[in-house]
Order: sequence, then C-alpha cells, then structure tokens
Amino acid sequence: MLDHYKEDAEFPVIIFQSAGKPDIPITYKELVEKSYCYAEKYFNDGIRPGDVIVLVLQHSLDLIYSYFGAILAGAVPSMMPFLTEKLIPEKYQNDFQSLLTIIHPKAIVTYREFKNEVFDHFDTASQVKHIILSDDIVFVKKKIPAEIPGIFCDDESVALLQHSSGTTGLQKGVALSHRAVFNQLDGYIKAIKLDPDKDVIVSWLPLYHDMGLIACFLMPVLYRTQVVMMSPFEWVRAPYRLLTAISDYKGTICWLPNFAFNFCAKKVRDSQLEDVNLSSMRALINCSEPMRDSSHQVFAERYVHYGFNVDAFATSYGMAENVFSATQGGIDSPIVKDIINRDIFQTEKKAVPATLDEPSIEMLSTGKAVGSVQIAILDEKDNTLSDREIGEVIIKSNCLFNGYYNRPDLTEKCFINGWFRTGDYGYMADGELYITGRKKDLIIVGGKNIYPQDLEALAMDVPGVHPGRAVAFGIFDEDSGTEEVVLIAEVDVDSEEEKSTISRAIKEKVTRNSAISLRHVMLVDEKWLIKTSSGKMARAANKERYIRLTTNSKTSI
Amino acid sequence: MDKKTIIEKLEKRIVSDILKEPGRTIAFDEALISSGLIDSFSMVDIALIVEDLFDVQIDDAELSADTFDTLDQLADLIQQRL
Repeated sequence: MLDHYKEDAEFPVIIFQSAGKPDIPITYKELVEKSYCYAEKYFNDGIRPGDVIVLVLQHSLDLIYSYFGAILAGAVPSMMPFLTEKLIPEKYQNDFQSLLTIIHPKAIVTYREFKNEVFDHFDTASQVKHIILSDDIVFVKKKIPAEIPGIFCDDESVALLQHSSGTTGLQKGVALSHRAVFNQLDGYIKAIKLDPDKDVIVSWLPLYHDMGLIACFLMPVLYRTQVVMMSPFEWVRAPYRLLTAISDYKGTICWLPNFAFNFCAKKVRDSQLEDVNLSSMRALINCSEPMRDSSHQVFAERYVHYGFNVDAFATSYGMAENVFSATQGGIDSPIVKDIINRDIFQTEKKAVPATLDEPSIEMLSTGKAVGSVQIAILDEKDNTLSDREIGEVIIKSNCLFNGYYNRPDLTEKCFINGWFRTGDYGYMADGELYITGRKKDLIIVGGKNIYPQDLEALAMDVPGVHPGRAVAFGIFDEDSGTEEVVLIAEVDVDSEEEKSTISRAIKEKVTRNSAISLRHVMLVDEKWLIKTSSGKMARAANKERYIRLTTNSKTSI
Repeated sequence: MDKKTIIEKLEKRIVSDILKEPGRTIAFDEALISSGLIDSFSMVDIALIVEDLFDVQIDDAELSADTFDTLDQLADLIQQRL
C-alpha cells in the first residue's frame, strides 16, 4: 500500500458510495494520510504492534481509515458488527463481553454517541484501556515517516482477526498472519487473473465478512485495483444499486453469496434499471453459501437483456480459516458441472456419473485448488478417500490461519496432521472440488454463519419449552436461494392457543437476540426429538424427520 | 382510500408474501421493523408491495423504523402520497 502511495498517489483505489450523496473517490494519498491520523492516535495512546483494536463502526469512511490505521501501527484490527435495529442491546452486550474476555483488546474505536449510549453501560467495555472516538480524529496533512511500526511486523505475527456473529462465532476469532494474507492474495490474483489496470471490483459486502474484507477491501487496496463499495445495509434495501454501480463504473468482478443472485433478480424494478449495461462484467463469483444453478438461471433470465454475459458466472469455495478462497472455478471458462447418479449418491456416498435415463443430480464445481492449497477427502475413520468418494473436505496450504485467537482448545480440534478440517462434505473429480453437504452443525443464511446451538439456547429460555429439548437446522429454500431456519421444540401443552403463544414467543426471542429472523417453528410433544447415543440432540436426524413430515418442503442435499 | 382499507390491504400482503403465514394477524400498532418481524432482507418487499398496491413510492432511505414501524404509521405515509 505504501508503495502505491509513493508511486500512484492520485489513483482513486476506492469509490465509496452512499445513498443520496455523491460518490467519494479515495486516492492512495487520502487513504494513507487519513489512516495515518488514526495510526498516530493509536500510537500516542500507547498501543503497540500486536495489540488488538476492536472497531465498532458502521460501514463508513471512518471504518476504512481506522482499519488501515491499525495496520500502519502494526496493531491487529478486528471488526465487530454494529448493533442493528432489531437486536436487543442486552444481547449485544453479552456477545460483546464474551468477545472482549477472550481477545483482551487494548482499544475500541467507536462513535461518541455509541459510547455514551452503549459502552458506558458495559462492565467489560469500560475496562478496556482506550475507547477512541472517531468523532475526535482530526484529519490533518502529515508527512508519513519512513519507519512506521506496521512495516516491521514479523511475517508470522497476527495481522488481523475475523469473527462471525453470535455467541459462538464471536468466541472464534480467526487469527491470520501477514504471511497467510499475502500468500492467499498472491495465489488468488492468479486464479482470478486479476488485471489491476483493467479490472474494477464492485461490492456491497460487509467488511467483517471474509469475502468482503479480503476480496473486496484488502486485495484491491494492496494490488492497486479499483473497488466500488456500498453499504450492505443500503444494498439490501435497494439491490438495484449494485447493478447501477457495475454499469456506471464498468465493473468487471463481483462476489456474491448465492441468495444475492435471486435477490437481484426478483427485487429490482425495471424502472430502476434504465440505461443499465452489465456487459463489462467478466466474473460474477458465487461464494460463501451452497450454490445453485437455478439461482444463476433466474439472474441470467433477468439480466441478459442488460448485456450480462452468462459466461461471467463463476464459483469459489472458501473459509476465513484459509484467509478466504480455497478453490476457484469459471474464470474465462464455464463453470464445470457434474451430473451424478442420485441413488448411488444417497445410498453409497459416491458421485458416479449418471447415464441419461437414471435419476440424477447436477452438481456445480467450486473449481480447482487456488495457489498452494491441497485438498483431500477423509472418511469417518480419517482414511483418505479416492476421487468421486464423498467424505469430509480437509485442506492444507501456505495461508492457513494461526488458530482461533486465545482458544487453543478450539484450534486443536480442527486440525489433523497440519490439515484443516473444513467440516464440509464433498468429493474431488478431475481436480475439481464439489461440496455436497455439511458435517459441522452450522446454518448459513444469506451468506452469514449461524450456529444452531445459539438459537436453541434462546428457544429453551422461553417458558413452556422443555430444557434441552429444542433443535435448529437450515433447510434450503429455492425461492430465496438460501437456507431458512427451522426450530423444533418439545412442549407440554395441548391447547392450540397455548402452542401459538409459545411459538410466537420463540420467534420473538430468537429474532431479537440473533442475526436472523425466525419464521418457522414447529412444536412437538415430549420425546419427539431424536437424540444421539451420547444424549445430544441429533440435528441431522431431526432435520430428516422434519423433511419427511412436511410434504411440500423443498429439500437440500 | 380510507386508512382502514389501506391497513387491511397491507396486512394481507405482508402476512402472505413476507411472513408466509396467511392466517396471522398484525395489530395496527404492532412493531414491524424494530421487532425484527420484517427483517432487513424483507424491507425492500415493503417498498415493492406499497408500489404495487397503491402506486406510491417509498424511497430506500425511508425503509427504517425511524420513518415507520407500524401498519398505522405506514398507512399515514401512504395517505400523504396518494
């Protein structure tokens, strides 16, 4: 970044869009100099290389400057999602406390108003040594000294932390080293054939998510490629903005979770697309939740008339623990598809090519391994499987994370002889990786990771629900292109009225205390739910039972 | 169009299209956005439904609990623009 600052200071590397305001181009000069104002504040407050700084800011210029300020200071930035309208402040407080007690930050950066209204009431937050207010940072022109702490960071030291939301997610801060981030990006720019002179990235993704942070923020800034960014909160209310941004800036690359293909296709009016031209787009990359060809089709049906080239559809599979991407496919070539025999897939855990007259499933490849990534598939006893045999995907690379920050217990569980257990099921065929399902109990809603145990704990707090007798899982919904959460709870009441009251109470409790809005609750009698032999709730078995019961469900594989 | 009719029409479409619970009722003063009943993914649906039913535009910047949080408030907003 500092090289670009010296050599290409006037290049507008970020175009920052916000609703109702003119677009703001941010040059390297502005980015480095304003970020340095934050760096200096951190340094003057006694923050030293390696110290963690938690950023609690909305998607804004301050978030960008405070983030790079931390990097220039050699500190470790970590973004915390902002409090949303529907979330109960007490819940946010609890989650935040659990984050703080694990990562022990030296500083929090936030707004004065947020500090007064929220942090001043938090016991743990008020113990953090420095609460830095973005309102107080004065941007003055300064000469950047040649020797700033960020330059001298050891390659192996932690560069940044990434968290997903919720009680469980916040306890697993993915710690990434400088070496891992650069190794990932060096491999990834080759995989997507990034051309900094020609490519323009367009993004609505949140910066606290790996895809938004790595592909649409750090990569463009470090590799001098223009990125047009908008707030996820604004995009979700006005999805047409993504299309007009691509058209206005001749965007070439964009990453989207699967649901966003459906969302863009269905929630934009023709009147909002006047003069929109999408012909510049060369890679529209589907990543971060199970991908469906049907989602690509609804997008294509809507947007080929606006110049969208269907060859631009691409796929990727990644995880924060590998910085971002492990595989990439569909760049300069169509996405590879594999038509497999459905019955053999379901009964023998094998992906055998189907003949024309057999019932089949069409699988989309996530692509080939990126950079140094090696992929292997393990069976239940951790034996390596061959091509087309389905098992747990494990990966090894030069960009794996250092571990979950201050959680060696969690880190140890996810490694096997230096390989990372992804918790996903899949198979390899001709060097292409196909993901077929999930071993870990995780629900992905609109690209966001949701831990079912968090939702179950909330439901069990509702009076009338048997302690320990609630289970949550995700069911793929074709219409929205993402998973819908279903929660089943055992209750001891007979009247429909009482059931309806409990059901509504569960929905409200989960909705106000988590990142999702819960719509599907099923109440059942005692002993309905299936437990494992060790007495734990068997989420997968209960999900299967639910699917069998609900005749009209659209099921995922 | 009187306010009661507007509220009824809105309620019918919201419970069927967004909540997918056609039998449900929504009180005129029930919080929609701050309660999470209408989540962020469904905000844009509100704008689309209002345009469909009443040919009234709601700007995306207005899709927040600060502008309206109940059927009653949303109906007021629509009436002003009819």
